[in-house]
Amino acid sequence: MHANIDPALAIAAVRFAGVVRHFGAVKAVDGVDLSILPGEFFAMLGPSGSGKTTCLRLIAGFEQPDAGHIEIFGEKVEGLPPYRRAVNTVFQDYALFPHLSVGDNVAYGLRVRGVGRAERDKQAREALAMVKLTGMESRRPAQLSGGQRQRVALARALIVRPKVLLLDEPLGALDLKLREEMQLELKGLQRTLGLSFVFVTHDQGEALSMADRVAVFNEGRIVQVGPPEEVYERPRTRFVAGFVGSANVLSAAEAQALGAPARPSSLRPEKIALMSAGASAPTGAVVLDAAIVDVSYQGPVRRITARTPGGLVLVAAVPAGQAGAIERGGPVRLAVRSDALQPMESEE
Amino acid sequence: MRALVAAPHEGTLRHLSDLLVRRHNLLVLILLMPPLLWLGMVYLGSLFVFLGQSIFSIDEFAGTIVRKPTLATLAELFHPANFDILIRTVSIAAAVTLLCAIIGFPMAYYAARYAGPRAKAAFYLAVMMPLWSSYLVKIYGWKLLLAKEGAIGWIAGRLGLGPALEAWLALPLVGGPSLSVSYTGMVLVFTYLWLPFMILPMHAALERVPNSLIEAAGDLGASPGRTFRTIILPLALPGVVAGAIFTFSLTLGDYIVPQIIGTSALVLGQAVYTLQGTAGNIPLAAAFSLVPILVMALFLTLAKKTGAFDAL
Repeated sequence: MHANIDPALAIAAVRFAGVVRHFGAVKAVDGVDLSILPGEFFAMLGPSGSGKTTCLRLIAGFEQPDAGHIEIFGEKVEGLPPYRRAVNTVFQDYALFPHLSVGDNVAYGLRVRGVGRAERDKQAREALAMVKLTGMESRRPAQLSGGQRQRVALARALIVRPKVLLLDEPLGALDLKLREEMQLELKGLQRTLGLSFVFVTHDQGEALSMADRVAVFNEGRIVQVGPPEEVYERPRTRFVAGFVGSANVLSAAEAQALGAPARPSSLRPEKIALMSAGASAPTGAVVLDAAIVDVSYQGPVRRITARTPGGLVLVAAVPAGQAGAIERGGPVRLAVRSDALQPMESEE
Repeated sequence: MRALVAAPHEGTLRHLSDLLVRRHNLLVLILLMPPLLWLGMVYLGSLFVFLGQSIFSIDEFAGTIVRKPTLATLAELFHPANFDILIRTVSIAAAVTLLCAIIGFPMAYYAARYAGPRAKAAFYLAVMMPLWSSYLVKIYGWKLLLAKEGAIGWIAGRLGLGPALEAWLALPLVGGPSLSVSYTGMVLVFTYLWLPFMILPMHAALERVPNSLIEAAGDLGASPGRTFRTIILPLALPGVVAGAIFTFSLTLGDYIVPQIIGTSALVLGQAVYTLQGTAGNIPLAAAFSLVPILVMALFLTLAKKTGAFDAL
């Protein structure tokens, strides 16, 4: 939403400067700088152990940095315990209190702030209505489905009006259909509330579809930050190219052979076109004759792995209907436009 | 068709195991038969036969049991001398339980939340080890510690707490000539003896509280004290209640510690012991034995009312 604001100019909702967090010899977070804007949906994407969850816990205050600074809306929060921070968390396992009713769970934050019974019950009802759980106040968390628990956790975190909402893989335990539904709902909620959401996930599809900006984590560092299109279209490293979607990674020489600058480059499978026999090459495209090594059907697309006589192995994703007479071992003609190759900063 | 796995060797045993796998109710029945026979007939049966005697009475002159149902024996429990015994015993058991909970909770909490695997092993060993030595040795050991010239008095003197100890012993009820013949001493010894039975269930309950619940409470603005009162304690309560059942009932039934450490006033266990032994008054002994059962039933009802088992 606010992705067009220069991060350097606005007061960041969350700012990390050189943040380090080690666990013994393990560098969980190894020098992270970032700023998350007010009202931004910010995704932290990375494989497990990449430091994304530790970063979220550093914002929440469950962890303290070993070095560096953390600010929330301009206020230094190092050393500040979780209960003195204006951020709230939706936990991966939801962390609903099993001995309290759904209504009391949602109202817990108000209760510790000394809000009276009648008022907090009223607000809990409203919060539950917001997440479409009207009338569930007196249930126990154990009586709810996974999706409903997720909504209760969301209502409980939002009722105390945090300045930043932290979500730790909140959709991980839900099945696909429910997950897609919740993605839309979360996005809608974030838009209406105008709140910063910091969303940790290892699911690149989730990050791309929901976030205003994505930070890709690897080995305790952020390797790339940017809007989803940018991260997907112009991955800066081999890791980003491979983790966010899939990509062919070409060496400088291979890129040059396809008419692109002599730099390590990435090439998305869907940017490779399949040519029917006898068709002329489109302008600006290099035509490669190759042998099909493998074909796999994936519903909307068919993935074709092909090897050129020169030894270059490429994966192409073509619309499933288009790939008629394709079989393993057969010949294929591929067309690659040189501007589809994205130069990367490093091949690593 | 060739068999995919080698044909199992047929036999009676295999037929039997096939049968048990197919009909697991039969298996459950076989597994439960010995304990059911033992618990149901030998243990509970004899207990009820004994308790049933409480509706009989004793012929004061002949000293024989009159097998005619009456409530007179049960009413005897409310005679001042007998009622004193009940009040005294229940108060001691309550004090012991409270003290065990207060001392045990921090230990259980440390072991459940902070101890690493090695520290946890050491913790289990330290809690269990006193259970390996003889009960009588421990009581006599405590008798020496509590005696007027014993270690506790000596340390109190060295720390300049001698007068405080004297003042405590001068108090009515809890005091006495020395710690080793006072209710204070008795409560201390009981607390020592039953502490493991309190710590272990509390530890088990605390271990089942996920860390994320404690983090969530803090995240929602609860201070550590608030988190403890509203989240940790309610969730650990089933464990505390389980521990309290042990410490409470063990104290209610014990008659050896009061004999060695206590004052000349009887507690319930001693009363039952003398009534069924020297006095031969089985009906009154049975009536006394009903009391711990009723007290525990009351305790559990109250615990359930306060929501101690809501988290189960």
